[in-house]
Amino acid sequence: MNGSVSAEGEAARPGAIRFRGLTLGYDRHPAVHHLDGIIAPGDLLAVVGPNGAGKSTLLKGIVGEIAPLDGMVESGPRSGAIAYLPQAAEIDRSFPLSVLDLAAMGLWRPLGAWRSLTRQRARLIEALTAVGLNGFEDRPIGTLSGGQFQRALFARLILQDARIILLDEPFTGIDERTTGDLLALIRGWHGEGRTVVAALHDLSQVRAHFPSTLVLARRPIAWGPTREVLTPPVLARALRLSEAWDEAAAICRHETHHAAPPADGDRSIETHDHEHGHDHAHPDHHHAHGHARAPHGAVS
Amino acid sequence: MTLAALADLLVGPFVEFGFMRRALAGCLALSLSAPPLGVFLMLRRMSLMSEAMSHAILPGAAAGFLVAGLSLPAMTFGGLVAGLAVALAAGLVTRSTVLKEDASLAAFYLISLAGGVFLVSLRGSQVDLLHILFGTVLALDDDALTLLGGISSLTLVALALLYRPLVIECVDPLFLRTVSRAGGPVHSAFLALVVVNLVGGFQALGTLLAVGLMLLPAITARFWAADLSGLIPVAMLVSMLSSVAGLLVSYHAGIRLPTGPAIVLSAGALYLVSMLIGPRGGLIHRLVRRRHLEA
Repeated sequence: MNGSVSAEGEAARPGAIRFRGLTLGYDRHPAVHHLDGIIAPGDLLAVVGPNGAGKSTLLKGIVGEIAPLDGMVESGPRSGAIAYLPQAAEIDRSFPLSVLDLAAMGLWRPLGAWRSLTRQRARLIEALTAVGLNGFEDRPIGTLSGGQFQRALFARLILQDARIILLDEPFTGIDERTTGDLLALIRGWHGEGRTVVAALHDLSQVRAHFPSTLVLARRPIAWGPTREVLTPPVLARALRLSEAWDEAAAICRHETHHAAPPADGDRSIETHDHEHGHDHAHPDHHHAHGHARAPHGAVS
Repeated sequence: MTLAALADLLVGPFVEFGFMRRALAGCLALSLSAPPLGVFLMLRRMSLMSEAMSHAILPGAAAGFLVAGLSLPAMTFGGLVAGLAVALAAGLVTRSTVLKEDASLAAFYLISLAGGVFLVSLRGSQVDLLHILFGTVLALDDDALTLLGGISSLTLVALALLYRPLVIECVDPLFLRTVSRAGGPVHSAFLALVVVNLVGGFQALGTLLAVGLMLLPAITARFWAADLSGLIPVAMLVSMLSSVAGLLVSYHAGIRLPTGPAIVLSAGALYLVSMLIGPRGGLIHRLVRRRHLEA
């Protein structure tokens, strides 16, 4: 799906997300290191990797919540049209707000600060019904259970009607039935041609529902069709590569040689060749690892 | 007590004296604008922040007093500049560094307060800070009333315009950031409204007590109403009741009871009563266990 089409063409289409040498991190320490590639429009992509692999950081980088240390993210012509469900939503659940009002936030784009909500009530109820919260519209958000609250947030996502939807571990602490319902919604979005990117931990869930997968361990380990990517050697490598925070890490001298994006397009990602000499502290860095999907068990 | 005597007690002072009517008008204007801001401050757990802001205003007002004497425009301007500078600087530091808002605000208001004291002592003049601290509600002139009315109108209009983004910013700031750039400006505008109301309040009640009329009614309303559409009107009502009660008590009291503190003490009394008997989580309703429902 990512293949054959010209890379340039894909990046221009709405719903695509393109990374160019993207490095994201905190305090100059990279949490996502030199990521290149394109998430095709309409893709249903799972981002997996051990804790601290940079999954959440990557999603924050896409939505613009943190600025890149290096490189850039391009997401179609309207970069604002992204719906984002953060992992630990910093939502103040003690605020006296009804479920309906929470969902109604999703209509910010069309309604803004002043247009009336009263005519939208049917639409709001419809979204709440879609997530199984019919009859909850006037309940304060503080009285919802964890699963019900997540359903309410999904109703807000529905109403946002965004081309790109980012979900950061949406099923953590959510029971099986709710997870099933929400996964059905995600499949529906996929069917509607929306780009969905979800950071996930449950690999069986990924295998069952997500056609493509990005394995991340700070650096991209593998990216492609799920059944080709989620193999034991790749996962072992991801686990090994989730390096520790190195306080004294040297300055990364990786040249940003991606001014011209790779147009070969035989794969959605090109983990770069480190053929040029550089001397920093990352293990596994001083040899070429051009083939993301062909993990090599060499040195490191 | 006859009805006429009661009327005389409650309405008499306002009928008889112009300064009482002015005081009432000023306090009612403030009661419309300050309590809604207090409701948002309380819900954002920023109640103490307004206290800090009132300290930040004080040196500005004192500086205005130093330059131009007891002049309303100079003191108002000084207070506004000091308060807005602290609010903006704190907001800027919060957004661009690791500090949380309370920490950066504390840093700036301490600097502002110390700077103000330094400024006053530099001139070596004997400033009557009592006026600034405790206000002169019984000596509101036309200019002061116009100022209070203007601030009240401005606040209500601004709140109506900012209401939706402000609520979203309170509940889920990250969401607002992802859909709009309004978050930062809305927050700054809100802080500016707080400053403007505190500056207005110090005419009537003094800088320190202005916070009282902003927060006490809001906190009291929490015991009576569950959502914003209830909290805001209840807070306004509590504030108006406190104003009237405070003015009357200080008028009728045998001893000399300053009016500003009397108003805030009235609000405090309403708070204590509400805490006991308020139907939303008041003490008595917590103690008396009602049978739970079926579902």
